[in-house]
Amino acid sequence: MLLIYCPYCEEERSELEFRQAGDAHIARPTNMTEMTDEDFEAFFFLRDNVKGLTFERWRHLNGCGRFFNAARDTVSDKFLTTYKAGLPRPDLSTLRPATEATVETYEATESNAK
Amino acid sequence: MADLIGAELATRTLPLSGFHGGSAAAALSVAAPATRISLRAKPDAVAALSGALGLSLPTKAKTSASSNGRHALWLGPDEWLVIDENEADLIAAVASSNMLHSATDISHRNTAIIVKGRGAAVAINGGCPQDLSLAAFPVGACSRTVLAKAEIVLLRTAEDTFRVECWRSFSPYVSTLLAEAAEDAGN
Amino acid sequence: MSGANRIPGAGRLTPAKTARFFFDGKSYAALEGDTVASALLANGVHLVGRSFKYHRPRGIVSAGAEEPNALIGVERDAARKQPNVRATVQDVFDGMKVISQNRWPSLAFDVGAVNNLLAPFFAAGFYYKTFMWPKQAWKHVYEPQIRAAAGLGVSPTEDDTDHYSSRYAHCDVLVIGAGVAGLSAALAAAKTGARVIICDEQPEVGGALHYDKSVTIDGQDGYSWAQATAANLAKMDNVTVLPRTTAFGYYAQNFVGLNERVTEHLAKPDKKLPRERLWQVRAKRVIIATGAIERHMVFANNDRPGIMLASAARTFLNHFGVAVGKKVGVYTANDSAYEAAFDLKRAGITIAAIVDSREQPGEAVLAEARSLGIEVMVGYGVVDTGGKLRVSSMSVARNGGGSSRKIAIDALLVSAGWTPSVHMFSQSRGKVAYDAETQRFLPGTYAQDCLSIGACNGTNDLQATIEESLAAGELMSNASGYTAPEKLALQGVNAFSWTGGMAGAAEGAGPDTTVKAFIDFQNDVCAKDIRLAVREGMHSIEHIKRFTTNGMATDQGKLSNIHGLAIAAETLGREIPKVGLTTFRAPYTPVTFGTLINHSRGELFDPTRKTPMHALEEAQGAVFEDVGQWKRAWYYPRAGEDMHQAVNRECKTVRDIAGIFDASTLGKIEVVGPDAAQFLNLIYTNSWDTLKPGRCRYGIMLREDGFVYDDGVVGRMAEDRFHVTTTTGGAARVMNHMEDYLQTEFPHLNVWLTSATEQWAVIAVQGPKAREIIEPLVEGIDLSNEAFPHMSVREGKVCGVPTRLFRMSFTGETGFEVNVPADFGPAVWAAISERTEALGGCAYGTEAMHILRAEKGYIIVGQDTDGTVTPDDASLGWAVGKKKTDFVGIRGLRRPDLVADGRKQLVGLLTKDPAVVLEEGAQIVANPNQPLPMTMIGHVTSAYWSENCGRSIALALVAGGKGKIGQTLYVPMPDKTIAVEVSDMVFFDKEGGRING
Ligand SMILES: [Zn+2]
Repeated sequence: MLLIYCPYCEEERSELEFRQAGDAHIARPTNMTEMTDEDFEAFFFLRDNVKGLTFERWRHLNGCGRFFNAARDTVSDKFLTTYKAGLPRPDLSTLRPATEATVETYEATESNAK
Repeated sequence: MADLIGAELATRTLPLSGFHGGSAAAALSVAAPATRISLRAKPDAVAALSGALGLSLPTKAKTSASSNGRHALWLGPDEWLVIDENEADLIAAVASSNMLHSATDISHRNTAIIVKGRGAAVAINGGCPQDLSLAAFPVGACSRTVLAKAEIVLLRTAEDTFRVECWRSFSPYVSTLLAEAAEDAGN
Repeated sequence: MSGANRIPGAGRLTPAKTARFFFDGKSYAALEGDTVASALLANGVHLVGRSFKYHRPRGIVSAGAEEPNALIGVERDAARKQPNVRATVQDVFDGMKVISQNRWPSLAFDVGAVNNLLAPFFAAGFYYKTFMWPKQAWKHVYEPQIRAAAGLGVSPTEDDTDHYSSRYAHCDVLVIGAGVAGLSAALAAAKTGARVIICDEQPEVGGALHYDKSVTIDGQDGYSWAQATAANLAKMDNVTVLPRTTAFGYYAQNFVGLNERVTEHLAKPDKKLPRERLWQVRAKRVIIATGAIERHMVFANNDRPGIMLASAARTFLNHFGVAVGKKVGVYTANDSAYEAAFDLKRAGITIAAIVDSREQPGEAVLAEARSLGIEVMVGYGVVDTGGKLRVSSMSVARNGGGSSRKIAIDALLVSAGWTPSVHMFSQSRGKVAYDAETQRFLPGTYAQDCLSIGACNGTNDLQATIEESLAAGELMSNASGYTAPEKLALQGVNAFSWTGGMAGAAEGAGPDTTVKAFIDFQNDVCAKDIRLAVREGMHSIEHIKRFTTNGMATDQGKLSNIHGLAIAAETLGREIPKVGLTTFRAPYTPVTFGTLINHSRGELFDPTRKTPMHALEEAQGAVFEDVGQWKRAWYYPRAGEDMHQAVNRECKTVRDIAGIFDASTLGKIEVVGPDAAQFLNLIYTNSWDTLKPGRCRYGIMLREDGFVYDDGVVGRMAEDRFHVTTTTGGAARVMNHMEDYLQTEFPHLNVWLTSATEQWAVIAVQGPKAREIIEPLVEGIDLSNEAFPHMSVREGKVCGVPTRLFRMSFTGETGFEVNVPADFGPAVWAAISERTEALGGCAYGTEAMHILRAEKGYIIVGQDTDGTVTPDDASLGWAVGKKKTDFVGIRGLRRPDLVADGRKQLVGLLTKDPAVVLEEGAQIVANPNQPLPMTMIGHVTSAYWSENCGRSIALALVAGGKGKIGQTLYVPMPDKTIAVEVSDMVFFDKEGGRING
């Protein structure tokens, strides 16, 4: 069970108090009615599902109730940082030392077997 | 038929009415009825609302302010749970601030269980993942959190006492779980 | 007498404290503090089980949690039978019933042992290859047979009568393991004032001090020092000492699961005590002091009862006072086994010989052996053993071959060296590193804030362990801001330092491919099986593991992994680290379901939510149904009525007179602020600007993709305050949906949301006499049609308490919804109920509510819609604001598929035979005579018998449905095909006049 730092409560809390809420930094267009089908598809349906660094939204549902953003590594499961909703993506070079290797995972170990 | 109405004034049926239990380590009882509001406001209204309520609305996470049986609990950056154990009209009180805010009566939505004893924190930790040591959760600390599968709001009113607020329909679950955990806290 | 093999004066148990227990029905004596293993050995019982695959007789291999063989069942009563308990960790209690496993009809004579004779057919990978063909045979022949033969132990068939508890705990330093290292570290950490939790899987702390009697610490006997240290720690406020507690899982961010066995050792546990307690510990720092596990030697027939780890024999002697044999052989590749021989010899037991596979054993132990008169055969191997149900001989030969000599023995102690227990470290996602010199995997790169100390860190020397541990305890406390008031020092002394060790097959493990030299006892994996796996093309240790099942039993290969790896490496001609090590996974030892579930059983399985009026409804005879977590009154049968009769009466009564209904579970959200209407404009398809205070409107909410998400009536209480209602099931998710948009897309709006679902008890009064029912109870509200028309809301008083009174209807009748603060709900319900009944009305439940609304064609989101239905599909297009420039879902509604022809649309269905009620979910076709598979053009979403219409009614989603009104369609069922006519959705009072009555 993860600990997640809530940028509003300014404290790490148990994952049990939080809910994941999908990808971050996808702003709802203000010109909704003028969007082409392709633009709408890209906005609403298409997601990258990246392996590695991802930006996602979380809500401190059973805490302060705030939605916030997180930079997380989907391979190691580690949160690199969390930040308030509305703030731009943080500069990750300051967050992750270049030397730190991605943590070994089940999948990585298993794939070595192939 | 108006005269009938006064005579037939509806009585209150409290959730968990008469509930008490727990163990020597953590005694459980149901809190007396209180008025409660969910108060929402922006930072510029905090001072006026504090004046109207007669206490300083806390602006720091996990903190509360109390005065004469009235408690204001920080739940979120623009959200407070205000409880008045003397059942004062809190809606009217905050309205007198004349500042932009939202106040919704939740007096009957919530009910509260008092957990008291040397094992109070251990009992609550039977289902709550927060660190309830005095260093991390001192007297006056408060937080919305979870107790197993229910949402609760915790307020530490003394070193050995917590007020556990929950929605009324969750109170049988919360009280039963706390009773089991209170029993275990004595072991 | 507590067993013939108990040596007077030996061990730490008290001879006067006796207990009796049963093993396979036979009564045995034991001492308090015995494990089942030590007590059986004290009684000369070595045969305790049968192996999984070959059903070979098996005995006790170890004295700890690593035990692969001695798995037993412990029965307290019919409901409390625990299978697969390791006899080496289960304490004996008086009256205990122990049964052996995996044998039939008896342990000594087991029919399944024929598998041993058929062994040539049970080669590694046997299951994969043999049961491939014919395909159908797998399901009907092979699998049932294998299932019957597989599995260890028998689980109870009755509900567990024990209870289990759970506790979250936080600490600065968690110490896993309470041997010399763990205790030293905990002591150093505790002295700084840091919050410390120290746990150990054994009943008492001490770890290796249980068997190594030679140790003294600060001049005190090591075992006594450990007990005294634990007692001192337990007295400190900042320390929690947890014996009988296994750290079974190491998860992210120093989250460690502990399993405390609270009553497993007690004959008559206090009912108040949980059987086991789950600790979920969040530690700032973790110190791993899990020690090392001795490996067995891999040679022919190394699995006979009586063959055990050397350190285990020492534990049985030095702690339990039990001699594991009278004439004992030793086969080792490591110095430590010598000390077992020394201890046994000094206790008066004959040591037949120490067979050492090495050419150069440690000089000190060799000298001591000579001085004790023990024969040491250097450079020899045990190439075979004899004996059926217990070992009776060992055959010894010089390394490299030659003739063998048979030596009579009744126990054989083995040691191939020590495997550091890196399980916890590895679970923490740390990467182990191979130390070629000592042939060990040791903690390498750390992934979390933890530190390994002592034997699990590869530190062998006692004093070095103590110093490393004291330093670790202090260092880990510093991380939380605690510092040591003074430097601690402890002086440890022991007899010998050990050298040696080997991994893989010893002399006598082959090369003959029929030799059974076991590496994994529990899964019956032999050295030859690993070689076969490599020959068959398995080159990765992960594949070899799965092919042979090595390490996949409940002991997870604590003894076998390194041997298997070494044999694989040798066969592949590669170095061990190149072959790799399989990943260690939680749990370290098996954890019961009871512990994992703990409190969440029975009424605590999930919250059961009841409305304020629940007790009154129960008294009125209501039958309840589950709606999510809620219990809702379903119908109110009267004497002699079945469900249909009750529901028909309720439906009829509502339309003829009136009914009272508990609608409290509907979600309610208070939307407050100057921008409240603007916010609702964005959330709903409707427009809210024109709604005047005191009026209500039915609103539809979409997701961004254009599909209906929820619906409900919204009342405007004031210019800046709305009372929003949602579906019962949608309450929480709609609140989240609205908060999400408010916080992240429309944060500029001055509006706030508060869940008020449970603030209000809601009593719906519906029917021609609804007004007459509530009129005398209401104060301050003019209830006349003119002053209070349909879709209005007023504030006033009912029964003297405040109310938000809605004029609305989900039945099509004149209706009111009385909202009162929840605590007043029961009293107001009682008052309205009394009036209702006095006027000939009745209470009605959710079933009648569903029928009444269907008669009017009102949809239920989630029943008549399924997440692919647009407002237009549901004939609710009128609720979409045509002039609006934005709302959630506005663009989704214009997607090509959502405006295309032929979409499934909600329509009514009337069965040609009015008595036939369709089944919800039934599929609809245009032509029932078409070939299979038929083209399905829709399905029934709601279907009921309508007493008010005198016939069945149904709603259905049908492709192009609105254009098919009047047409005949078909609903094929298993036994018949039902003809239906498509209709509009309103079945009763099509003009809608009753609502304004
Ligand atoms: Zn928060």
